[in-house]
Amino acid sequence: MTSDAATATPAGGVPLTGTTTGTVNPASAAEPQHGLGSSLPPADALAKTQGTFPYAADLWAEGLLWAAVLRSPHPHARIVSIDTSQAVAMPGVRTVVTHQDVPGQDTHGRRVADRPAFARDVVRHHGEPIAAVAADHPDTARMAAAAIAVEYEVLEPVTDPEKAFETEPIHPDGNVIRHIPLRFGDETVTGEVIVEGLYRIGRQDPAPIGAEAGLAVPRTDGGVEIYTASTDPHTDRDLAAACLGLLPEQVKVVVTGVPGAMADREDLSVQLALGLLAMRTGCPVKLAANREESFLGHAHRHPTLLRYRHHADAEGRLVKVEAQILLDAGAYADDSSDALAAAVAFAAGPYVVPHAVVDGWAVRTNNPPSGHLRGEGAMQVCAAYEGQMDKLAAKLGMDPVELRMRNVMATGDLLPTGQTVTCPAPVAELLTAVRDAPLPPLPKDSPEEEWLLPGGPEGAGEPGAVRRGVGYALGMVHMLGAEGTDEVSTATVKVNGPVATVMCAAVETGQGFSTLARQIVQDVLGVEEVHVVPVDTDQPPAGPGARGRHTWVSGGAVERAAKMVRTQLLQPLAAKFGMSTELLTIADGKITSYDGVLSTTVAEALEGKELWATAQCRPHPTEPLDDTGQGDAFVGLAFAAIRAVVDVDVELGAIRVVEMAVAQDVGRVLNPQQVRARIEAGVTQGVGAALTEHLRVSRGVVRHPDLTAYPLPTALDAPEVRIVELVEERDVVAPFGAKSVSAVPVVVSPAAVAAAVRAATGRPVNRLPIRPQAAVMTRR
Amino acid sequence: MLPATLDEAVAALEATPAAVPVAGGTDLMTEVNSGLLRPAALVGLGRISEIRGWEYQDGHALLGAGLTHARMGRPDFAALIPALAAAARAAGPPQIRNAGTLGGNIVTASPTGDALPVLAALEATLLIAGPKGARREVPVSHLLTGMEMLGPGELVGYVRVPLLHAPQTFLKATGRTGPGRALASVAVVLDPARRGVRCAVGAVAPMPLRPLEAEQWVASLIDWDGQRALAPEVLTAFGDYVAMACIPDPPAPVDGGETPVLPPAALHVRRTVATLARRGLGRALA
Repeated sequence: MTSDAATATPAGGVPLTGTTTGTVNPASAAEPQHGLGSSLPPADALAKTQGTFPYAADLWAEGLLWAAVLRSPHPHARIVSIDTSQAVAMPGVRTVVTHQDVPGQDTHGRRVADRPAFARDVVRHHGEPIAAVAADHPDTARMAAAAIAVEYEVLEPVTDPEKAFETEPIHPDGNVIRHIPLRFGDETVTGEVIVEGLYRIGRQDPAPIGAEAGLAVPRTDGGVEIYTASTDPHTDRDLAAACLGLLPEQVKVVVTGVPGAMADREDLSVQLALGLLAMRTGCPVKLAANREESFLGHAHRHPTLLRYRHHADAEGRLVKVEAQILLDAGAYADDSSDALAAAVAFAAGPYVVPHAVVDGWAVRTNNPPSGHLRGEGAMQVCAAYEGQMDKLAAKLGMDPVELRMRNVMATGDLLPTGQTVTCPAPVAELLTAVRDAPLPPLPKDSPEEEWLLPGGPEGAGEPGAVRRGVGYALGMVHMLGAEGTDEVSTATVKVNGPVATVMCAAVETGQGFSTLARQIVQDVLGVEEVHVVPVDTDQPPAGPGARGRHTWVSGGAVERAAKMVRTQLLQPLAAKFGMSTELLTIADGKITSYDGVLSTTVAEALEGKELWATAQCRPHPTEPLDDTGQGDAFVGLAFAAIRAVVDVDVELGAIRVVEMAVAQDVGRVLNPQQVRARIEAGVTQGVGAALTEHLRVSRGVVRHPDLTAYPLPTALDAPEVRIVELVEERDVVAPFGAKSVSAVPVVVSPAAVAAAVRAATGRPVNRLPIRPQAAVMTRR
Repeated sequence: MLPATLDEAVAALEATPAAVPVAGGTDLMTEVNSGLLRPAALVGLGRISEIRGWEYQDGHALLGAGLTHARMGRPDFAALIPALAAAARAAGPPQIRNAGTLGGNIVTASPTGDALPVLAALEATLLIAGPKGARREVPVSHLLTGMEMLGPGELVGYVRVPLLHAPQTFLKATGRTGPGRALASVAVVLDPARRGVRCAVGAVAPMPLRPLEAEQWVASLIDWDGQRALAPEVLTAFGDYVAMACIPDPPAPVDGGETPVLPPAALHVRRTVATLARRGLGRALA
């Protein structure tokens, strides 16, 4: 097995060594021990499991101060005055900052700079930061923040996205962030059979296990270092530097261990507050958000309203899809434009549709902010188009699987955006795989097994009232940034003796990038011990960790750099042996010629030298959607089919997901263990979105921002995830032929659960999460 | 402060009137940790061994207020007071059940407290310890409805529960399969000696509700000396009776206008209560 390899050495922490002995169960005996295709466990797995891994909330510096942020209690209000005098006068308080103290640009944002660092004249959502305090004790800081007197003139909040079009703009940029009117084919065509539906998707929260935290340390050159669990450190650095009035080089973001990331991990306002407070006080400043601040501060999944009309012929072939999609973006633009592009482009799903009329809007409201969260845009439309397919099947009297089979997309078909699907699209194969998988046994067939009823082991479930339902869903998601985003990544590989080191600013968010980087280098250079250095912004940018892009671009960059090192290593040998470098192989630290005659070790070949190489990977360019929603906007697509089996207590409306059978288009399995883990995690998150996860808001105010009122799936709620098939059709343009794994199950699972509940109860189920009253069959 | 006896605890509370007693801390400490509550001092009740067990007392069980949910959920306890054991087992994840206590559940008096409908159905009596060895008895419903309050320096010491030697059920509906707060819960207790059925509904109101008329009606239909089982229609009618009593229709307006309708969410709770009461009674009589 591999020797100890420290992949994550959080700043200030001790280097972590994970002893990686054979504790994982490999899928087959033939699976390699290391390199691509092996189930190499993460180097930090042991430390994380034992709780010794230091996260940002564990950081400490000599003489540090504690920060607290004052957040708006109102979703919409005019700030009449802010009086900090009482807070400043409190003993132990070092400084208080408001919008007046922001030295640089006073607004920031990923796409559009429309979000103030601290609210100036207006607050636009519950929890918007207004001021920050640094004090010598966390309680003092919180009390001082509470002592800041803010006079508000409360305004009527805009909470209904449908009303956002008419109301007074809540932001100088207007309420409509983006409108995409997609027109494809002939608008006037109609089908023999028409089904209509209205669907609502709730507000899912990323709810990372570790809340936001960070430490800022002032530098002698006037700059600042920010230690935080950022997933896109270079963007965060640039935005923070602009607001702090510094050059990007004066701000260094150091990435600590990431305690869960399903989205853009850090609320930038925390980093701004920390940076500002550290610069003002000249002391290190730490902030650890509590769960409530975490819920209020970070971005959520876009609550979405979808109106659909599907046209089909009598044989069930789709003729036209009409859709209106309304995304509630919250008060600031953030990534809503990207989410909308995905929603509109995938509005018809992985089906061949000759004609489409889709209108999508992302609008501002005073609800909590929405942004990037795994499968954004794609997940909401999947629930709707799959609901429509079930409706269409019911109207035609067809089997839902058969109807889908007649319409599935394949390589070479067109998306409604006019883009040709050039990557593998084995949709029919995926659907066949889940259809043919054996169903889980009914509890009556296995009397010895305790039947876990909906409602739980101590619940009120009654076997006589339980109906079982089976539902199918297909879905798709795009990989990498869309619409012309420059998705470049840079990586450096160094070999010194028997040890290789990877330097790449791709953040290990739990998605397994650092393990993959080790596998790639093991594969190319035959070196077992590979270290991945911690990420900071002194390294060249690698971009955000989202949409499977690090496997693609950062993995690609690591591979290229490793291959360059390999050439440097082998060229002198090849010259000596009188053969080309291609005829030499490296494995287990040994270099061997093709005929096995010549052999030497990597360490010997190096002759004490250190070899370095840096390379970039940039996928082929994309273009923005034009004003009719047309354009080659996506680099690649990934697909999945899921069959959900649910038990519903039809008198109480209690639902338990028994099994989720997944067939997924993965391109190539690079690490079987991680692929399984990612699919299980994605399915569980999708089941959460289908059944329980919705952040409740009343008139713009978040209700109960805690994990009791926001029920995440527990071990009892999480279904059995059966991976039926991983289709490995390599995507030729991707560096390893591998596709994004994490997002597709999140996109498809909610739709599959809804379909199964429909099958069990005969109720329409057009709202997620599914409320118990929607799963009740009326008695008598 | 960590007193070892009930009287020491009472004395400590009397000496420091601003002090707050803490048992399992599952409710109190979350408030303290989130900064909502800043008690001047805490009196820990965890060392008072006399209130962490139970004893028999002329046909009753005298339960210590410090009994944890985990302890009440065990089979020996379930044989004595099945509904209370079921409520304790449903009261949350193991971490909460290991710490949370019976007395804490009563004093916190959360609408979703799982033990409360069971205690209401059992017509339990609280033994309250006061300063200078004073003891007084208060029906649990008086405390939960606010008819009587705990005075300064007073602590719930014991809970006296009748031993009925008959089936009891506690059913709870939550939004998920894992542990969660009750949307509605129903406790049904049979009292063959007094030929009575007692039922309490939790989580739908600030305190458990007793549908007294429904109890009396259904008790009159049971053949107490023979097969107790009732026809399914009777069970259904009982469920509806209980649900209508706990979640009544809004009154018709006096001016004869249109009768207001309950919102769908309230109708769902009513339907849930009806189902739970029907199932609970059915299982108790089976």
